[in-house]
Amino acid sequence: MADTSVKHAHETHEHDSDNTGSWEGGTEPFKASYGKLMMWYFLLSDAFTFAGFLIAYGALRFSMPTWPEPDWVFATAPFLKGHWPLIFVTFMTFVLIFSSVTMVRAVQEGHRENKNGVVFWMVMTVLGGAVFLGCQAYEWTTLIAHEDMTIRQNPFGRHSYDGVYVMADGKEASYPDGSPISFKKGDNYTMHHVTRDANNELKAEGLLYKNKEHDIVELPSTKIKYTSGPDAGRTIEAPFGPKAFGALFFFITGFHGFHVFSGVLFLAIIAINAASGLYVSRRNGYEMIEKIGLYWHFVDLVWVFVFLVFYLL
Amino acid sequence: MSHQSYEEQKRFVVRGLILLGIITLVEVFVALLAKGHLGMEKWEGAMHYLYMLAMVSASLYKAYFIVFFFMHMAHEVRGLAMSVLMPTLLLVWAIIAFFQEGSSWGASREKIKEKNEQVVTPAAPKTGHLLVPSTTYKG
Repeated sequence: MADTSVKHAHETHEHDSDNTGSWEGGTEPFKASYGKLMMWYFLLSDAFTFAGFLIAYGALRFSMPTWPEPDWVFATAPFLKGHWPLIFVTFMTFVLIFSSVTMVRAVQEGHRENKNGVVFWMVMTVLGGAVFLGCQAYEWTTLIAHEDMTIRQNPFGRHSYDGVYVMADGKEASYPDGSPISFKKGDNYTMHHVTRDANNELKAEGLLYKNKEHDIVELPSTKIKYTSGPDAGRTIEAPFGPKAFGALFFFITGFHGFHVFSGVLFLAIIAINAASGLYVSRRNGYEMIEKIGLYWHFVDLVWVFVFLVFYLL
Repeated sequence: MSHQSYEEQKRFVVRGLILLGIITLVEVFVALLAKGHLGMEKWEGAMHYLYMLAMVSASLYKAYFIVFFFMHMAHEVRGLAMSVLMPTLLLVWAIIAFFQEGSSWGASREKIKEKNEQVVTPAAPKTGHLLVPSTTYKG
């Protein structure tokens, strides 16, 4: 029963659109259907949007005297205590690569008109996307709630000159053996327990830094003294990092995450449609899977560059 | 992809997964090495530029692989591939121009600060002008 009705619908469709001439849409430009071609051009325009964001990141980064180092900023991972630079984001990258691969499998099964195969691999892809979003939620939560980074403040800094840390009472901080706790130009530090005072000025209670045993420890003061540069010899408050870093990070990874989120929604809808047998009746090798596949691979492609500029360089 | 058998297609997917996975692992390994987490000194100067070049090249290769094989650009007709890929060349100029612009903002930072802090005493106004009574600017 179902088979005959499907066949009937297909024949009617053929009859209604006996379109072989160029004016009836019979000639496909570039041998690709309208939907696929337009998906490519949408992705091209989206690539320009992302490129605009990433180039803005580059321009702002080049305009700053210092910029936080990714392996210092992105160093937390769930279930792991301590400093694990770039490990969690590598996992996230793998999740996206996996979901891209399951997407390729779904498209292949579509070409074979294998409904169950398509649905299985689509569900796998949806799961991959959802896991990625979960990871991003963890990453954002850690940065915002535990490390006090927002779009308006960035606690991650790097020293502009060589110098030493200074205690709250103005004495130079020293190790138990009496040697001064010093830092070099380019060394990383984090403003710890950030708050805003009555005038809405940023304040921190302490500084996180790497000691000579390469452990990350907290100094109960935010004072430093440079031993070189124009401020040499003067005790100053350690400056916060460039706040553009926080804004750029949340906007760009947020925009990418929004793409992942919409991708997951569309993948789920199309998986349900595929399961319902909608695309069987179209007899075009599950072209809808191919189109959403293009979008999904693009999301992975963008992540390659987000990963490059935020986490590797 | 229709010219490949189903088995070949499946093997291709596994190869793609391994390739992208290995490139990513190597990238992260080199990043940790270059930033001094694996017992080496931090890479500075020329080594740092070499590192950045390697990272950008690896990412461009991953992008090429995704577009040409996962998105099947290699199997589309030439006109489609060109109409999508050629416009991205505009980005080459965007990158050069905006990075130059950014460096220039960075270089003028001190000058802008200096100008902002500069105190300018305005020139004494003219008095006794024909149309402006001499008391206008006083008090």
